[in-house]
Amino acid sequence: MPTLVSHPDEVKVVSRRFGMGASDIDRYLELDGYKAVQLALSQGPDQMADWIINVMKASGLRGRGGAGFPTGMKWSFVPKQSPKPKYVLVNGDESEPGTCKDHVIFLHDPHSVVEGTMIAGLAIGAKLGFIYLRGEYRYLLKNVEKAVADAYARGFLGKNIFGSGVDFDIVTQTGAGAYEVGEESALMESLEGKRGVPRIKPPFPAVVGLYGGPTVINNAETIANAPHILLMGGEAYAKLGTERNGGTRLFGISGHVERPGVYELPMGYKLRDAIYKVAGGIKDGKKLKAVVPGGSSCPVLTADEIDVGLDFDQMAKAGTMLGSGGIVVLDETVSIPEFAMRVISFYQHESCGWCIPCREGTDWIKKTLTRVHAGGGTRKDIDNVQYLAENMMGRTFCPLGDAAAMPTLGFVKKFRKEFEDYIDGHRAGTNLITLDQLVGAH
Amino acid sequence: MSNVANTIFSPELAARFDHLVTLYPVKRSALVPMLLYAQDEIGYVSDAAVSEIAQRLSLEELDVRNVLSYYSMLRTKPAGKYNVQVCTNISCMLRGGYTVLEHCKQQLGIGHKEVTPDGLFSLEEVECIGACCWAPAMQVNYDFHDDLTPEKVDVVLEMYRKGQGKDVK
Repeated sequence: MPTLVSHPDEVKVVSRRFGMGASDIDRYLELDGYKAVQLALSQGPDQMADWIINVMKASGLRGRGGAGFPTGMKWSFVPKQSPKPKYVLVNGDESEPGTCKDHVIFLHDPHSVVEGTMIAGLAIGAKLGFIYLRGEYRYLLKNVEKAVADAYARGFLGKNIFGSGVDFDIVTQTGAGAYEVGEESALMESLEGKRGVPRIKPPFPAVVGLYGGPTVINNAETIANAPHILLMGGEAYAKLGTERNGGTRLFGISGHVERPGVYELPMGYKLRDAIYKVAGGIKDGKKLKAVVPGGSSCPVLTADEIDVGLDFDQMAKAGTMLGSGGIVVLDETVSIPEFAMRVISFYQHESCGWCIPCREGTDWIKKTLTRVHAGGGTRKDIDNVQYLAENMMGRTFCPLGDAAAMPTLGFVKKFRKEFEDYIDGHRAGTNLITLDQLVGAH
Repeated sequence: MSNVANTIFSPELAARFDHLVTLYPVKRSALVPMLLYAQDEIGYVSDAAVSEIAQRLSLEELDVRNVLSYYSMLRTKPAGKYNVQVCTNISCMLRGGYTVLEHCKQQLGIGHKEVTPDGLFSLEEVECIGACCWAPAMQVNYDFHDDLTPEKVDVVLEMYRKGQGKDVK
């Protein structure tokens, strides 16, 4: 069972009910549960959608899955009139290595996801919402299923919710193991009972999504924030963060830190403080070598580059991404070439094979780095890895191609010397991964 | 009601499937969950399961197999009663994920995707399971075990050996 952690610098909004037994519907109701959706309904049928969208826009909330798209704006793109039914889709297919924040939401506050789904539905005029969890999260799916069933039993879901005349249903769904399905269009394919391969965009989901209908798809954390934002007001939420980066977010700090865990910190909080203050610094008094700041697809930061604020814009300026908020900390003992091998090995395994640059690119990078590991590498291999990664960028249907290329580029550009030394037989650090382990699995 | 006369599944699962297909605008949407729930009950997705699921969803068996082959959790051969899935992705690797994997290999005497002769355990190296902050982690069937050491792994395996492990389904 995940350990709950806490730190005085945390600002708890979405994690406010963690550890308070809020999976129980009565406890959730005591803790202001289902008040936000009733507040939205009380705006009246004509004003409700615009009211919700305006509050969400004012909040400055940006998508917590990684892309950071403004949520209120996303909801406003859904056409008001549509000949096809509209849908809300909650992406709980959390699979980005380093990311386990939705795990704790589903465990500690599943009703916030249910209520957030209802709010998104009211905002866009959908009657049906889906909550999709990765297949591995079975015990969490049961928790969410129970929350949905309890909400139905109280009449919060189904026909005429809260006596408003509005109908809203929620269906929970499980995946069956596939990183790629975390991509929004691949997730829709999966939910339609197909292989999880991405769709070409445009059209975007807001216009043509699930079953061809206009669809809002949001990360589970984004959705879980919606009830809190409606209750506290958009401006109050925005003020917690930085300019154009409203509020707080969950950061999962893992790897070589003293106190790993999921912490809720204000947007713009310094990465250095997240590592040294909140997570207690580097494990066993060792030195910091590098940080993967937002899940494995984000370009690495060196130990000298961590004086940066954790929001989407500051991280982009620093040449990396805020991503999914999964901060992976590497101490001085880590061999970067071997770490890079493990990362590309993951993307090679998870490439769905639909687009050639990703399918071939990840495979060739892995093959090249495997040869480097085996001792047969040359300096030209480093150039080739960089060349392959550069040519994957922006040439695939979905962001997975970029997700594999970006960290690879970060590693070979920022730690080129270490790759050269590795090839020359000077292998720094502890043996992270053996050759057998690199080629053996999958 | 179901369009299947003689189901191979338990009455409970058959009833669940009957209900599941009614939840979606398109009944094919039930395919991925049905495959997983079928596997939970019979240990793997058998030919008979493919056939019945295809029939229930009015699909060709080929359509079902095409989807089945995509998802890493789905298998067409039996695993052990307890499928041990060790994460070795970055957060787990940094905190000893490979040590846990090697220890499991040694204790169980099997490798990746192999089954012990008594059929009790199987072992798999898996990609990130979303337990990064409690690494290294593994799942036995659906149950998570966090913050592992080789000693803790021994305790967990012994628990399952004695039939005292949690069996989340």
